[in-house]
Amino acid sequence: MNAQQKATLHKLGPLLALLLISSVLSVMSRDFLTVNNLLNVLRQVSINALIAFGMTFVILLGGIDLSVGAVLALSSVAIASMMAAGVDPILATLCGVLAGAALGAVNGLIISRGKVAPFIATLGTMTVFRGLALVASDGRPITGFNSDFFAMLGGGYIANLIPVPVVTTMLAFVALWFLLKKTVFGRHVYAVGGNEEASLISGVKVNSVKLWVYTLSGALSALAGVILTSRLNSAQPNAGMGYELDAIAAVVLGGTSLSGGRGWIIGTLIGAVLIGVLNNGLNLLSVSSFYQQVIKGSVILLAVLLDRSAKK
Amino acid sequence: MLIQMQGINKAFGPVKVLEGVDFVLERGEIHALMGENGAGKSTLMKILTGIYPSDAGRIHVDGREVHIHSPKEAEALGIAIIHQELNLIPQLSVVENLFLGREKTRGGLLKSAEMHAQCLEFLALLGIHNIDPQQEAGTLSVGRQQMVEIAKALSLNAQVLIMDEPTAALSHKETEVLFTLMHDLKSRGVGIVYVSHRMEEIFQVCDRISVLRDGQFVGSRVIKETRFDEIVKMMVGREISDRYPSRSSTLGPVRFKVEGLCDTSTISDISFEIRQGEVLGVAGLMGAGRSEIAHTLFGLAARSAGNVWLDGQPIHCRSAIEAISHGIGYVTEDRKTQGLVLSLSVKENISLTKAPSHWGVVNSQAEDKNVSELIAKLSIRTRDADLEVKSLSGGNQQKVVFAKWLGIAPKVLFLDEPTRGVDVGGKAEIYHIINQLAASGVAILMISSELPEVLAMSDRILVMHQGNSAGIFDAKTASQESIMHAATGGQ
Repeated sequence: MNAQQKATLHKLGPLLALLLISSVLSVMSRDFLTVNNLLNVLRQVSINALIAFGMTFVILLGGIDLSVGAVLALSSVAIASMMAAGVDPILATLCGVLAGAALGAVNGLIISRGKVAPFIATLGTMTVFRGLALVASDGRPITGFNSDFFAMLGGGYIANLIPVPVVTTMLAFVALWFLLKKTVFGRHVYAVGGNEEASLISGVKVNSVKLWVYTLSGALSALAGVILTSRLNSAQPNAGMGYELDAIAAVVLGGTSLSGGRGWIIGTLIGAVLIGVLNNGLNLLSVSSFYQQVIKGSVILLAVLLDRSAKK
Repeated sequence: MLIQMQGINKAFGPVKVLEGVDFVLERGEIHALMGENGAGKSTLMKILTGIYPSDAGRIHVDGREVHIHSPKEAEALGIAIIHQELNLIPQLSVVENLFLGREKTRGGLLKSAEMHAQCLEFLALLGIHNIDPQQEAGTLSVGRQQMVEIAKALSLNAQVLIMDEPTAALSHKETEVLFTLMHDLKSRGVGIVYVSHRMEEIFQVCDRISVLRDGQFVGSRVIKETRFDEIVKMMVGREISDRYPSRSSTLGPVRFKVEGLCDTSTISDISFEIRQGEVLGVAGLMGAGRSEIAHTLFGLAARSAGNVWLDGQPIHCRSAIEAISHGIGYVTEDRKTQGLVLSLSVKENISLTKAPSHWGVVNSQAEDKNVSELIAKLSIRTRDADLEVKSLSGGNQQKVVFAKWLGIAPKVLFLDEPTRGVDVGGKAEIYHIINQLAASGVAILMISSELPEVLAMSDRILVMHQGNSAGIFDAKTASQESIMHAATGGQ
């Protein structure tokens, strides 16, 4: 086997794992392999997938974004407050996503201009954003939106079959894949993650690349927040806790290197679906939620360990 | 015989890196191991130090057959290696690095005073008295870090010392110190394997030489009985007519002019001009401020005083982006940390400075065309432009860095140690590229520690001494001695 084939096989790893787990589940549960169930899985996956797409950019850059869950909550509260105050739902949704982008830009500025390590910077903003969400909502859920448009974003179907969040996620995926693979910006994300100094000397606008990547991560977290808020028909200031870990898990399962410079967004999509399938399957098999955590964590560790040994 | 390696085979997948290689090292000799990049020198040494297992072949140490499975086992047999890439941990102190993994302890507590004293002894053996053992290793100059590594090998009581390009980062004086030390070790019966591309040094310091080519053993010679040309022929399998190809460029008007340049720390009052088609060499010892000139002019370090003109227009580059927009390129000193993004492909590295694009979307057809033109122009040997740049040999990696800057059609090019870690054949090719660039009107500033290279490649030579200019010499009339004299502060 030559290096090229090995690399291809290595890239196929996450997909093979997904197929393997799906096969096992379809044997063990008759309900798993049905169109309705699979579409349901994809709908559940969409929130984590959107956040994980942004996280892929951040991790390719060699960074990390711990604030995604807090950004989701704060922008969700912002949208709900606006709609409660009578703002047009479409406008409120747009403003919410822009607010998420602005929160991400704050991360980006602290990291690029302030030269703060991403882990520390986003740990700090995570706490600040979460606090602001609690302040703005007075710690209580905001409920009762009377908007068909907004309800459709999380709960609607296209052609009475495909859930709207799945379509949103796929559109985002295609756009982001294009951004990463076909544009100068995407190229620069890989370059800065691979070697920041060499990129700087080659004239790459390193700070601007960082700023935009964290802005993107913020916007995608807010978009995930839109879907969640619509699904629940309420904005919770405590929403999205621990989502950063699911997103990081999806990115890592997909084969993107935590040290930056190497990885691909298709892997992240597969990683997110893998986590979703696992959740769904364990529910169908009525595994206790305590054991579910043990199994999920073990699968992630196993995947990363296999990945390690394949690289040797 | 101290070391005898017989019939060593090693393959990585389908690629045979070593085929039936023999190597013999005697006690008390300095044995040069030469070959072009990719000839298998490093792999052979990695097998000897237990980093790779060999596929076939036998190793004897002191006449006893051994199987070396790990660097630890090699160490126990008295085999130590000083790597080209420094292996010190920058955040730890000199003494902590020296005793890393074999700290002296009593009841689990460190015997700091004893280690401190021993560290001083080993440094004194190397003739170094002004390194504080408590200093962080990362704050030392590259040359000094290497000295610490050598001290570390000495402290292991090594009988076999493998040195991989040890002088690449050393100043002239440090090199002399190193050679004296090597002679001293030799007289004590230590066998030294000396891996280097610097032919002058090999003739100066080595007793024997073994040459590898394409993974095969070509032969051994006694240095005193062999000639330079013969070794080059053994290495490349053909004669290289010109080590330094001659250039016949006509100098145009002044392209780049610098007056009274100062940075905030090292250099002060540097003035020079470079004409179109001219190569201005920059010589000097380590730390004399050679690289700082390029750094400051390229906008990587702040300029505190001075004026710069490009084609008669005053310019002030505050960042690499500005410098590049003026048509200035910079082939940096260390290609692994500053020159290349090793995880990216050859193509992506080449177009890092300037990828053809429309509305931010890369035009892959135009990019492929640009890249393949540059690959052909610089004869970069790679199977595929999409291959990771990491998989290329040193010389070809360096050509990728050149290609990256050729992509911006530079008016001025700074070269910092353009042939460091590049083999003889690769060097000749890089010299050709430099000459071609000059002939096309590019003004070139070439910083180099190799005096023969500076003398042969430059039109004029700026000599630096402690951050100041010690004069600009005409390369036709200057000699190694006159430049060294100026570089060491002689008048």
